[in-house]
Amino acid sequence: MSAVPKSIDETAALLKANGYVAGRDLATVVFLALKMRRPLFLEGEAGVGKTEIAKVLAEGLGRRLIRLQCYEGLDISSAVYEWNYAAQMIEIRLAEASGELDRKRMGQDIFAERFLIKRALLQALEAPDGIAPVLLIDEIDRTDEAFEAYLLELLSDYQVTIPELGTVKAAEPPIVVITSNRTREVHDALKRRCLYHWVGYPDAKRELEIVKTKRPEAPAALAKEVVAFVQSLRGGDLFKAPGVAETLDWVSALHELDSVTLDPQTVNDTLGVLLKYQDDIVRMEGSEAKRILDQIKDEIRTAATTRVS
Amino acid sequence: MTRVADQPSSGKLAANIMHFARVLRGAGLPVGPASVLDALDAAQSGSLRTREEFYWTLHAILVKRREHKEIFDQAFHVFWKKPKMLEQLMQLMFQQITRSAGDTPKDPGFRRLAEAMFDNPETQSRRQEKPEALELDAALTASASDILRAKDFEQMTLMEQMQAKKAIALLRLQRRETRTRRFQPNLAGDHIDMRRTLRQSLRSGGDMISLARREPQTRERPLVVLCDISGSCSNYSRMFLHFLHGLVNDRHGMTVFLFGTRLTNVTRELQHLDVDEAIAKVSAAVKDWSGGTRIGATLKEFNYRWARRVLTQGADVLLMTDGLEREDTVQLATEMQRLRRSAKQIVWLNPLLRFDRFEARAAGIRAMMPYVDEFRPVHSLDSLADLAQTLGARTGAAHDPRKWMGGV
Repeated sequence: MSAVPKSIDETAALLKANGYVAGRDLATVVFLALKMRRPLFLEGEAGVGKTEIAKVLAEGLGRRLIRLQCYEGLDISSAVYEWNYAAQMIEIRLAEASGELDRKRMGQDIFAERFLIKRALLQALEAPDGIAPVLLIDEIDRTDEAFEAYLLELLSDYQVTIPELGTVKAAEPPIVVITSNRTREVHDALKRRCLYHWVGYPDAKRELEIVKTKRPEAPAALAKEVVAFVQSLRGGDLFKAPGVAETLDWVSALHELDSVTLDPQTVNDTLGVLLKYQDDIVRMEGSEAKRILDQIKDEIRTAATTRVS
Repeated sequence: MTRVADQPSSGKLAANIMHFARVLRGAGLPVGPASVLDALDAAQSGSLRTREEFYWTLHAILVKRREHKEIFDQAFHVFWKKPKMLEQLMQLMFQQITRSAGDTPKDPGFRRLAEAMFDNPETQSRRQEKPEALELDAALTASASDILRAKDFEQMTLMEQMQAKKAIALLRLQRRETRTRRFQPNLAGDHIDMRRTLRQSLRSGGDMISLARREPQTRERPLVVLCDISGSCSNYSRMFLHFLHGLVNDRHGMTVFLFGTRLTNVTRELQHLDVDEAIAKVSAAVKDWSGGTRIGATLKEFNYRWARRVLTQGADVLLMTDGLEREDTVQLATEMQRLRRSAKQIVWLNPLLRFDRFEARAAGIRAMMPYVDEFRPVHSLDSLADLAQTLGARTGAAHDPRKWMGGV
């Protein structure tokens, strides 16, 4: 396990070393979350790299990543713990058979830790060899308020109360990252316990850096054109603007097709990698894609000539 | 100010952060004492060097919603550096105080902040003086109420309108529930609750194991209301707002939007318990009462900006408009189609149904009709009461939109 970074610069370097190009704003928040041992609450559109932060942190700090994917109806028995009913039944029958039925002792025996099946959240409180894991609670907006409320105890005190057993407290608090796509507003009580950050789309310069870091095999000219194209799409009138993940997918797709530069035909053929709504694709197909393409090629050319002169 | 964190022990930083938090709180951000302590901790974490880092540090702790960033941003720049800007702000306030009614500054965030930084006498006396309310019998006597119930809102006298409002306040929507994947104990449930079974069996020392049962819980489906406030239906939408106010305060998961030429989310304003105050707040928040209408454009704005946030978990849509689109009906159809795909059910309330010989002839109405599940009137107490009682229950042919499309 490597040590937690001591400054914002170190944090930015750590993220970068593991292939995550973060702005100063994000590096500051991540540093604070590590330093103050607070959960990090990341909100933003799909595909801007929220989940990736948790993965990069786990890798960079050499910790285990425990991921809890939220969905509607997520409950304690699938997120925190469950009793092993079959084993408990056998235990009761065995005790019966051997004739040593003592109610009080039986209660303690049946609800003992060995009958506990630990799920993600309870596992996250364990720190084997003093190394706490990174806990990723992904897309918390998909679950309901009841589960959010359950998380409050866990996030503020890093403990879980099991009625039959008592309170389980983390020896070493895990690094918690919570993400939300904002399909609904998460309650303030939960946000209050976290450090909040809105992850937006990166600007052209940073996006180009991301593409270069994540897809080094793609030609530089292609990367530049792709980024310029995606950036101008985001400014336009689309139902769902493409995220960074889509940009990277597109670069890979184009690279697989051996394109060195963007041309209207390839753009039309591969638009499905970038846009995920039929209306958006219909709107972009044909002349609109060509118009944007001409525009960005012009821009790139002017930028190049001004640099030369 | 650029090297803030270098003098952490001077005590000045603590006081400044505290004052800064108070300013934010005054501007409407939920900043509690715990956040102030956190902010102080964070600022003293020792590695802050630039102003930008200080900014993001305070931002991470004091801002908990994306829409608060704007206010925070302005407050930060005013409070933590630019003395000139503070002067300008003072001057702005001074002008507003000396002039009785200053014109509104362009930036609403700025205005809110200004009000928080300097106590503005103008804002304090903004509440309207309400005349003493007349004593009225809300339950309505039988004969009078029958006439009133069927009467068109637009034809009511002021007195009758007040009575109608009282009656509306008592209307409640029938709950429409969905099964969730959570469970609750039930003696006759279909599923066996193993955890309770084992705990109960311990009472008898494990001799007898009686099965405890459980059943799935249900929950109310979210409801999103889109209400037209353009000139042609503003009289009905005022009454409808009273109805909505009752609902918002009765159940969870309701979001209310008003639209004329633009879309306004008024859910928070409607949550005020007093109906008159709530409606006053709504009126203040909305800029386009009784103006024109752009149904297609506002629906598009809803689809793009809000649909993914509010139309989740099986939400229903209640659309109150006359459907008289003056602009592009092709766009209207596209947006209705998109709305159709993200909503569980769309109920269209149309005040034009007050006319006996209403026919779906207008292009806008014909564009919207194929995408709605129910088509209902909203012009009288009766129609509202009917809506409240039977919404969600299968009503069969009575409100089938296809009935209106066939004849033309």
